[in-house]
Amino acid sequence: MKTTQIVESVSGTALSLRGDDIDTDRIIPARFLRCVTFDGLEQHVFEDDRLQSGGKHAFDDPARRGAGILIVGRNFGCGSSREHAPQGLLRWGIHGIVGVSFAEIFFGNCVSLGVPCVVLSPADVETLRAEVEKDPHAKVSLDVRTGKVSIGSKSHAYMGIIPEGARQNFLGGTWDPTGMLLQDPDQIRSVAQALPYTRAFSA
Amino acid sequence: MGKNLLQKVWDAHTVRQLPGGQIQLFIGLHLIHEVTSPQAFEDLRRRGWKVLMPERTFATVDHIVPTDDQLRPFRDSLAEEMMSAIEVNCRAMGIPLFDLSDARQGIVHVVGPELGLTQPGMTIACGDSHTSTHGAMGAIAFGIGTSQVRDVLASQCLAMSPLKVRRIRVKNRLTPGTYAKDVILAIIRRLGVQGGVGYAYEYAGEAVEAMSIEERMSVCNMSIEGGARAGYVNPDSTTFEYLKGRPFAPSGAAWDSAVAWWKSMASDADARFDDEVELDGARIKPTVTWGINPGQSVEIDERIPSPSESGADRASIEEALQFMDFRPGAPVSGTKIDVAFIGSCTNGRLSDLREAARVVRGRRVAQGVKALVVPGSKQVRRAAEAEGLHEVFRGAGFEWREAGCSMCLAMNPDKLVGRQVCASSSNRNFKGRQGSPTGRTLLMSPAMVAAAALAGEVTDVRKML
Repeated sequence: MKTTQIVESVSGTALSLRGDDIDTDRIIPARFLRCVTFDGLEQHVFEDDRLQSGGKHAFDDPARRGAGILIVGRNFGCGSSREHAPQGLLRWGIHGIVGVSFAEIFFGNCVSLGVPCVVLSPADVETLRAEVEKDPHAKVSLDVRTGKVSIGSKSHAYMGIIPEGARQNFLGGTWDPTGMLLQDPDQIRSVAQALPYTRAFSA
Repeated sequence: MGKNLLQKVWDAHTVRQLPGGQIQLFIGLHLIHEVTSPQAFEDLRRRGWKVLMPERTFATVDHIVPTDDQLRPFRDSLAEEMMSAIEVNCRAMGIPLFDLSDARQGIVHVVGPELGLTQPGMTIACGDSHTSTHGAMGAIAFGIGTSQVRDVLASQCLAMSPLKVRRIRVKNRLTPGTYAKDVILAIIRRLGVQGGVGYAYEYAGEAVEAMSIEERMSVCNMSIEGGARAGYVNPDSTTFEYLKGRPFAPSGAAWDSAVAWWKSMASDADARFDDEVELDGARIKPTVTWGINPGQSVEIDERIPSPSESGADRASIEEALQFMDFRPGAPVSGTKIDVAFIGSCTNGRLSDLREAARVVRGRRVAQGVKALVVPGSKQVRRAAEAEGLHEVFRGAGFEWREAGCSMCLAMNPDKLVGRQVCASSSNRNFKGRQGSPTGRTLLMSPAMVAAAALAGEVTDVRKML
């Protein structure tokens, strides 16, 4: 069985992406889903948004190319369940995301990849954003244990939230849960057996 | 205090509590398609795992399927590679595949219910966000990512956090010319595109109870557009009548015990809900989206909003108006269209095609409008042809295509071009969704799409019925 790593904290320089309800079609347009591996998806992250913003998109800023933390708004990652979206972001270099809120399937996909998404209040996201936009070298750290988000060498930290189930999975190294789910196949079979539809409703 | 359907299904499918506090949930039916499965199979192989219960997974092909020329190899070599991958994977793992040569092929969320694979009280998962569709039959159905597809293949289980349940009661009947699509667009407009995060939606009330299963599917399908991962309607006599005689539905002596169990899984009369919302079905009118998410909609006699109208959403409205190139305060009725698309997992079923054909019969598609009808499955296509619907559409100037996801999502040759405006019966009006990065989508019911195709502009279908 593969044991995954414990994710206690993530840090790096950051990238601020403005806008609410940014859907996964925008993160990875559907034409790039015509593939049988996730390799190379990082080249197409936000491709259409970037073309339309004429080089002014946050992901086109050369000063941010090494960023590891992404700052987003409300309902980030809504829409399609495509894991290609967080896979593309991860391969681009994003290892942690801070935002006002996240769509559920996107959030779950990020957990499966070991990428923590931390929720901050809208006001805190705005202040953090401003600091990040001012200084491309400022280092942002996410503490998975406490949910705290800090920037630079400041002692002040923003109090964020990571839902308990996800937090435990990061800290316990169980964010890739397949091994854990497979621990007791007999128990799975017995739950299946107890469901009348698996026996075609015959007694 | 009684339980709701979600709690009952959850309890019956719980394998154990996981160390992190999540629940290991048994998945009764796993549906896969060509887009979100190849990486999952690859991961399984890499780790040396097998499919635990291959008899509980069914595969179909839909997203990349061309709806005109289906000759293999496909002209798109990437699509051909994906098609080969699912064929090889299903063969190797013993999973039944409804491929293009199979009379059962179609969009995964059309195929599951019509074959009777989808049943009340089940847990269902599929690597597709519109899996919520299956809740129309009283199942709890989740859209999942590829890593979770791998989890289900390997263990027939998912690690899940508990969901809250919001009951949405739509009281009173709908009025003629108003459809299930208008109901779900009204719900999303009211509760917002993120309002359902953390919730499953239970749809209830007279309007929902009066709906056919296909109409309930249109409602449940778009739960995810309101942020809710799952949506369901309690199983009732409409559900049982729909299921009876379908290939994978129980029959003979098993039928009665199945119905008894299905009834027992419905929400109790005194069930508790985490939230309750009520809408008046009689007041809902044909609804059209004007923006870049499914919550940005107006009724047909309303005007497109201006940014100054609502403080909090100002930036979103501005962004949407700019992308759509719409004038704030302009009536939505009269918006010119270039393309009309009837199809998708939201509205590509026989009853959708019938309603659209009722509008189209004896009329002509407006000059300059490209109009296409794409049945949701081969079975839908055959049934529609048996009724002569294809002749109605063709006679009016619509293209009559093969089954697939088509223009809903731009993974196949059916795409918008440039700044085209499309009246669409699909589920998402996101920027670039229909294949042109600058293309524009107006979501509406299939009957409204038909009306728009004939008029060449958005128009009130009620005047044409």
